[in-house]
Amino acid sequence: MGGLGAALLEALDRLLRLDAQVVEIVALSLRVSLTAVLLGTLLGLPLGACLAVGRFPGKQAAAVMMTAMMGLPSVVVGVVVYLALSRSGPLGALGLLYSPGAMVVAQVVLVLPLMAAISRQVVEDAWREYAEELQAMRFSWWASVLTLLHDCRHSLLVAVLAGLGRAMSEVGAVMIVGGNIDHATRVMTTAIALETSKGDLPLALALGAVLLTVILVINGLAYALRVWARGRFG
Amino acid sequence: MSGLFPLACKAVGFRPNGQEVLRGVDLVLGGEGITVVLGPNGAGKSVLLRMLCGLLEPTSGSVQWGSAAGPGREVAMVFQHPMMLRDTVLANVALALKAHAVSGRERRTRGRAMLARIGLEDRAEQSARLLSGGERQRLALGRAWLTRPRLLLLDEPTASLDPSGVEAVERIIREIRTDGTKVVMTTHNLGQATRLADDVVFLAEGLVREHAPVQRFFARPVSPEARLFIKGELPWHVGF
Repeated sequence: MGGLGAALLEALDRLLRLDAQVVEIVALSLRVSLTAVLLGTLLGLPLGACLAVGRFPGKQAAAVMMTAMMGLPSVVVGVVVYLALSRSGPLGALGLLYSPGAMVVAQVVLVLPLMAAISRQVVEDAWREYAEELQAMRFSWWASVLTLLHDCRHSLLVAVLAGLGRAMSEVGAVMIVGGNIDHATRVMTTAIALETSKGDLPLALALGAVLLTVILVINGLAYALRVWARGRFG
Repeated sequence: MSGLFPLACKAVGFRPNGQEVLRGVDLVLGGEGITVVLGPNGAGKSVLLRMLCGLLEPTSGSVQWGSAAGPGREVAMVFQHPMMLRDTVLANVALALKAHAVSGRERRTRGRAMLARIGLEDRAEQSARLLSGGERQRLALGRAWLTRPRLLLLDEPTASLDPSGVEAVERIIREIRTDGTKVVMTTHNLGQATRLADDVVFLAEGLVREHAPVQRFFARPVSPEARLFIKGELPWHVGF
């Protein structure tokens, strides 16, 4: 207990004096995860909406596949992205392996199906309500997709938050494709795993506290935004 | 006369999942005035309107929009429960213009002018979802009117509105007609039919039983079904 107490105090000290190592790791984590979620949002939300609105052969199979991919094991994604980015892989020429770019790619692969599946569900519900009127107004299917995405924007925050949660808490894939290299690809989750195995609990605890705080703050802001939107737009 | 007219239904049948809704509707509508479609529940009034809008395909027969290939953007429809996007009243009234490739600035200008015509100008920046039922219906009418359709289809536009709401909606419908738009609407309100209609189509059991000028329809209905309907006796309603 004494050891744990001392570790907690040291973790607090590191946070209060903005320890350079902690700041560097947190900054990289945020950069990688926010970039991945931004790309996931730009790709996944329209993809889910297209699946909801579009009529094409295999639509149901695509929806089932997307839902199934929500549970992709991150280490499997890590291995697949590793193979794709390795020198002999199809994307080896990009030279991304063991760089933050590779970690972004891996996280996009992880969050994309999750965000698209939630988007499909949310947009499909709205489409059921609006389809006839949008068709009567002669909206093209793409204009319908854009209108529905805009109308569901507050509900789709859930998809963005789910993606962010998955990206920030992910460890297996970024460990494989990033290599957990100090000052280069070390992010909060991989650092926590490493420092814990080394017995450096203060750093692991400090990073864990930051990780929890970031996730809590983002979720709190999103909740407040949804409450405001409900009051403003009904 | 616009290329949309005469609007003709030729032996139109509609039978989804084996249930017969329309059983060979023959109907010709000109491009002027207000046509009110009357009939008991389940007669196929809403289905007929959706076919005239191109939202449903007949399972037999055909709908011909004059010389036009299809209904296109000259046909608009307002539903009994119009949708309201989670956005401002102004954004909602101008929504249909998006499909007409109108720029954002022009949409806002024309939207504000339309809100003034329908008496909602002071609500422009409020949420459309917070409007009352009557205001929503006025907004939906304004949204459709803004695109200057040649044919406007209204599916029970005043159902569940209070008398002042009904009066406001009827005033807008008259203005739309005066503006040169042909209106085809369904209603269960016989008083409303006498106030608004130029001609009445009476639909029962999936067939047009009568199509006549409004005065003649109410004074001297020809079909026995229409006579009973006007008297409030509906022999095909047995399931109360």
